[in-house]
Amino acid sequence: MIEALTVRGGLAARPAVPVVIARYGTWIAVAVVFVVLPLVFRSGTALTMMSLMGISIVFALSYNMLLGQTGMLSFGHAVYFGLGAYFAVHCMNAAITSGMPVPLPIIPLVGGLGGLAFAIVFGWVSTKRSGTAFAMISLGLAELVGSSALILRSFFGGEEGVTTDRTRLLRLFDISFGPQIEVYYLIAAWCLVCMVLMYKFTRTPLGRMCNAVRDNSERAQFVGYNPQFVRFLAFCVSGFFAGVAGGLAAIHFEIANSAYFSATQSGNVLLATFVGGSGYFFGPVIGAALVSYLQVMLSDVTEIWQLYFGLLFITMVMFAPQGIAGLLMMHRPLWRRRVLLKVAAAYAIALPPALVMLAGVALVIEMTYRLAVKAAEGPHMTFFSVPFAADQPLAWLTAGILIVGGFILFRLTWSIIAAAWVNAESRKELAQ
Amino acid sequence: MTTPALELCNIRKGFGATEVIRGVNLSVKTCERHAVIGPNGAGKSTLFNLISGLMRPDDGSIALKGGDITAMPPWLINRRGLSRSFQVTNIFHRMSVWENVRAGVLWSAGEHYAFWRDADKAREVGARTDRILADFDLLDRSDAPAGILTYAEQRALEIAITVAGGADVILLDEPTAGMSRAETDRAVALIRRISEGRTLMIVEHDMSVIFGLADRISVLVYGEIVASGTPAEIRNNPKVREAYLGEEAH
Repeated sequence: MIEALTVRGGLAARPAVPVVIARYGTWIAVAVVFVVLPLVFRSGTALTMMSLMGISIVFALSYNMLLGQTGMLSFGHAVYFGLGAYFAVHCMNAAITSGMPVPLPIIPLVGGLGGLAFAIVFGWVSTKRSGTAFAMISLGLAELVGSSALILRSFFGGEEGVTTDRTRLLRLFDISFGPQIEVYYLIAAWCLVCMVLMYKFTRTPLGRMCNAVRDNSERAQFVGYNPQFVRFLAFCVSGFFAGVAGGLAAIHFEIANSAYFSATQSGNVLLATFVGGSGYFFGPVIGAALVSYLQVMLSDVTEIWQLYFGLLFITMVMFAPQGIAGLLMMHRPLWRRRVLLKVAAAYAIALPPALVMLAGVALVIEMTYRLAVKAAEGPHMTFFSVPFAADQPLAWLTAGILIVGGFILFRLTWSIIAAAWVNAESRKELAQ
Repeated sequence: MTTPALELCNIRKGFGATEVIRGVNLSVKTCERHAVIGPNGAGKSTLFNLISGLMRPDDGSIALKGGDITAMPPWLINRRGLSRSFQVTNIFHRMSVWENVRAGVLWSAGEHYAFWRDADKAREVGARTDRILADFDLLDRSDAPAGILTYAEQRALEIAITVAGGADVILLDEPTAGMSRAETDRAVALIRRISEGRTLMIVEHDMSVIFGLADRISVLVYGEIVASGTPAEIRNNPKVREAYLGEEAH
C-alpha cells in the first residue's frame, strides 16, 4: 500500500540502490553536472553562457508554473523578473553605501521578495480572470510597468538604468565575486535550489490543485477549492522565483535597466518554455538552456537571428506542440523496449536531406536580407564559408534546388521513419 | 422534528424573460434518497446548479443542514458537506484517475492550499483515494489519464470524485445517462452502496432506476414541484400520470 504510493510519487526505491541515491539521485546528478561544467568549458564565453543558462532556467521554470502547471498564459512575466533585478540592485547599493553587512549570496532572495510583493499586488487584479482576459491583463500590466520604468527615474534610473558593484558587499570566506567563475557557481547554486523547490512545489496539495484548475476550473470549485485563489497563489509563487532569476541577472550584469521588463524578455521566456515543453517539469530547463545557447551562438553567426527564433517557434507550435520534452518522452517506451536504435537509424537517414532543405531556406533568408537591408555593402556574401552573390540568378537557383531537392528527399524518408516506428511498436507487442 | 438535510424555500430563477424555476419548495430529510423527475426542460439541472452554488437564485433561500447557503460560492458549499456530480462528464482530463479522485479528497483531508507539504506523503489521503478507487472498480486504471477512459468508466470516475470528499449530502445529475442496461444496473448498485448513511438527491430519466432507488420522489414540471411523495404515491397520483408518467405507463 505505502509502496504503491511511493511508486506513484515517483520515488521508487529499488531495494539494491541506497535510499539516498534513489530519492535524490537526479538532483545529485544535476549538482555534479553544475560543478563539472566550468571545468570542461573553461572559456570566458562559455562561463558567461552557462551563467545566463542558469538564470534562464530559473526564469523559465517560474513561468511554467503559470503556463504548464496552472494553464495561465502570461505575456508579461518579465515584470517580476525586472522588478526582482531592481530590488536586488537597490539593495546592493544600499548595503554598499550604508556599510550594512549583507553578503552577496543572499541578494537573489531580495529579488525574489520584490517579485513576490508585486506578484501579490498585480496578481490580485489579474488572476480574477482566466484564459484570454488574463493574458490581456498581463500584457497591459507589462506595458504599465515598462513605461513606468522610464517615468519614475529615481527608482528605475531612466534609460541608463541603475548600476551596482557586486564586489563591494560583505565578503564571506574571502570570495570577492569579481571573477565570472565565482558568479557562475553562485548562480548554479541558486539554480539548483530553485529547481528543487519548484519541483517540490508541483507535488504539494496546492501544486496538484493547480493542475486540477488547469484541466477543469469549474469542477475544482466542487471539490472545495476556489480556482481564483489557486491561480493567485500560483501567480505569487511564480513571481517570487521570477524575482530570484532577476536578482541573479542583476548580480551577473551588475545593472538593472528597462530592457529587463521588455516585451522581448516576456516573449523569450514564453518561447523557451514552449519550445522546451510546458507539459513536463524538465521541459523549460531544456528550452531555457537551448534558447540561451542559440541567443549567444546565433547572434555571432547572423544578424537576423531573431527571425530564426521566430521560425523555430512557429515550427514547434505547428509540428511539436509538446515541445522537445514531449518529443523525448514519446521515445521513452522505445528506449525501455531497447528498440530506440532502430528508430534513431531512420532519423539519421532523414537528417541530411532535412539539413539541406534548411540550408536552402536559410540561404534565401540571408540573400533577401542582404539585398533588402544591406544593399549598400554590395551583393557579395559568404554562407557557411561559401561565397555567394545575392544578385545572381545562379545563387537563387542553388537555393531553390536545395529547398526543393532537400524536401523531396526528406519527404521520401518519412515512410522509412513510419516503418521504423511500426516495427518498433510491433516488437513492443511481442514483448508484452 | 430534526432539521432537514436540505431545505429549499420559494426558489426562483429566470434567464432573461423566461422563468425556469418558479417558486420551488422542497425538503430533503437526512439519509433520505430523494429523486427529482420531470420532462425535459423542466429545470432539474438548473435546480441542481442553484443548490450547489453554480448559479444564484433570483429569490428564495436554501439551507443545508440548517445553515443558510443561498448565494454562496460552490467551494464554500462543498466545504459544508454538499457534493455534486454533473450530467455531462466533468473530470480533470489530463490528470491520472488516481489524481482525479485525490483532488476530491484533498480539501476534506485538511490539506487545503498547503504548499509546504508533499501531497504524496499524506498517507491518510492516499489510503482514502485507494479505498474509493477500489469501491468504484477503478483501481487498475489508477495511472491512466482520465481523458482516455471509456464512457462508463468516466461516469464512474465522475461519481467517485463527487463522493471522495466524504460529503454527507450528495447530488447526482443523471448518473446513468447514456449507459447500457448492464452498466446501469451496476451503477444503481453502486449508488445504493455509496449513499448508505448519506443524504442523496438524484435527477434521473430512467424510471426503473428511480422507483428502485428512491425513498421519496418529487415531480418537477415547468419549474414547479407538482407532486412529492413516496414512489407508490407518485405512481398513483393522477396529476403526475397526466403530466409526466402518462407516456411511460404504456
